[in-house]
Amino acid sequence: MAVGKVTFTKAEREKLAEVLWLLNWISVVTGAILFGLGLFLKIEIQKWQEVMSDQGILYVPHMLISTGLAACCINFLGGKICLDCADTNKFLRWKLVMMPYVVCTFFFTSCVLAGALMCYSIRSQLEESLFLGLRNAMRYYKDTDTPGRCYLKRTLDLLQIQFHCCGNTGYRDWFQVQWISNRYLDMTSSAVVDRLRNNVEGKYLMDGVPFSCCSTFSPRPCIQQQVSNSSAHFNYDQQSQQLNLWRRGCRQTLLDHYTGIMQSIGLTVLLIWLFELLVLTGVRYLQTAMENVLRLGDPESESDGWILENSLAETARSNFNIIKNLGKCYQIDDDPNINVPTAAAEQEVLSQQVQIPVTS
Amino acid sequence: MLLKINFTQQRRVRLAQGLWLMSWLAVMCGAFIFCLGVYLKTELLRRNEVMENTEIHMVPNILMMVGLASIGTNWVASRVCQDSLDATRFPRWKVLLLAWFALAALLCCLLIAVVVLSYALQGRLEESLKVGLRNGIRFYKDTDVPGRCFQKETIDRLQMEFRCCGNSNFRDWFEVQWVSNRYLDFTSKDVKDRIRSNVDGRYLLDGVPFSCCNPASPRPCLQYHLTDNSAHYNYDFQSEELNLHSRGCRQALIDYYMGLMNSTGPGVLSVILRQMTVAASLRYLQAAVEGAMALGGTQRARRETSPGEGSRNH
Repeated sequence: MAVGKVTFTKAEREKLAEVLWLLNWISVVTGAILFGLGLFLKIEIQKWQEVMSDQGILYVPHMLISTGLAACCINFLGGKICLDCADTNKFLRWKLVMMPYVVCTFFFTSCVLAGALMCYSIRSQLEESLFLGLRNAMRYYKDTDTPGRCYLKRTLDLLQIQFHCCGNTGYRDWFQVQWISNRYLDMTSSAVVDRLRNNVEGKYLMDGVPFSCCSTFSPRPCIQQQVSNSSAHFNYDQQSQQLNLWRRGCRQTLLDHYTGIMQSIGLTVLLIWLFELLVLTGVRYLQTAMENVLRLGDPESESDGWILENSLAETARSNFNIIKNLGKCYQIDDDPNINVPTAAAEQEVLSQQVQIPVTS
Repeated sequence: MLLKINFTQQRRVRLAQGLWLMSWLAVMCGAFIFCLGVYLKTELLRRNEVMENTEIHMVPNILMMVGLASIGTNWVASRVCQDSLDATRFPRWKVLLLAWFALAALLCCLLIAVVVLSYALQGRLEESLKVGLRNGIRFYKDTDVPGRCFQKETIDRLQMEFRCCGNSNFRDWFEVQWVSNRYLDFTSKDVKDRIRSNVDGRYLLDGVPFSCCNPASPRPCLQYHLTDNSAHYNYDFQSEELNLHSRGCRQALIDYYMGLMNSTGPGVLSVILRQMTVAASLRYLQAAVEGAMALGGTQRARRETSPGEGSRNH
């Protein structure tokens, strides 16, 4: 009992081949779109790679790029095959390639689906990576003289200016980190020495933030030092405090930014996946219809096309048996000569020898 | 007769076809010029608040007008080509063609004028920016005055985006009171001294807003007491280069807009060339077809030639 059986006349087969040729060429274009989306995502991630602690998120754009390229190649080949399938004679050329091609396309289509699902599932890993990356960036903000970390200050400043955010979760994160290098601290000054002695680890901590945390929407000049001490500044009321610095944390901002991009990309990839599935189904019908035509022998006759020849359970069972029997060529358990006592064998041989002269 | 070429029937057909294609390409060039004008205009409008007058807007306005006119004229040219091989339909275009040539010449002149203007107006742009920025810096503190309340945000965003500080350089901030009186504690001795030491009673200080800070500086930004070496540890005012943006915003904006207009220069010149080519080819086609019609119709044998001319001497 075939799954999804449809009968095709000759005209319908030719029409199907033409339509599939066109759809395959459209798929080449969508494959190029997929490639472009992967490239775009890669560039966006690499812009702020320094504030991410692990590069695991790069799997997503790499997956999209490779499936995009594969889509272009597979659908290009599919276009050529479908064009030839309109004619029974030309189909013979491709007869042996068709089944592997359909299987390959099936696996490739599942890769596209995997890529789309990855776009949605990478969020928690990204959050973890941003949390650690931003924490390290803030810690090494002051190390502009250490090779390998000398650009972290600039990166973090530009990030806070561009995304209108401050710190990891909020601006208070800067209070827990020494962001002024010892090179610029006057160790002879009593104020500095007091502050260093106050701290257990000898770090110079202060309730101040870098200039990049300053909000452009504040009506008053930015207050960076003694941010939490409202009596240190004139007319520093609650509203001034609210507007003075950026309130959002950079982790949340970057997470929202990348999640937004990946959700739109994921949606586009899902639509492309549905389209590829449609093309795959069409190619499968065309393949089975053409094979049945050859089996019937008459190119003008009607033929059946299907998705699976037998029901799903039977196909699974037969495939499983094939895989099981693949490993059996070199097994010797079925050899009848093993573990049989030699005396009985000799007797058999003797009795046969006695019998033979009688019958000849 | 100037620049005479002979056209067979076959060549006339080829000319008409080629010209039809070229005029559609010229329509797209016209659209490109229009988009260029729109882009330039939006870029100028974005920084409208730091420009005192809008004289420089002449350049994008002319570009937009020329773009639209070019789309129209080249569309007409393509219609003329389509009708040129049909003896019944061509005569109605004869009257229009003279006007068409005049319009095409005008468009080319306007495009050349745009290129010249974009260089000539540089001085006016600089003046406009100088006054606009000076006002912006003056009204920086007036965030509670209607009509000026967005100056602070505009100037801050401008300085951060273009990596510039002040009008000519950061010292412009020393000559202006950019801290509003609302945030000055008049009971404090320091404030009173400073105000008293100034003739106009303004609170001037050797400090700059945070938007002048350079993110590429290796040390945390120093905004206040900039001329006082002893106010900061390990600081020398004369040799400190990276702390603030060194460029003035006027120079930064002029460089940006001149860069924009220079990069559009080659595009505009190629459009001029294309338009002139279309006009010349249309003139040849017109003369060839009229000559053929004068000789008695375009349905003769293939060997028939007709003179096509660049221009006619009467």
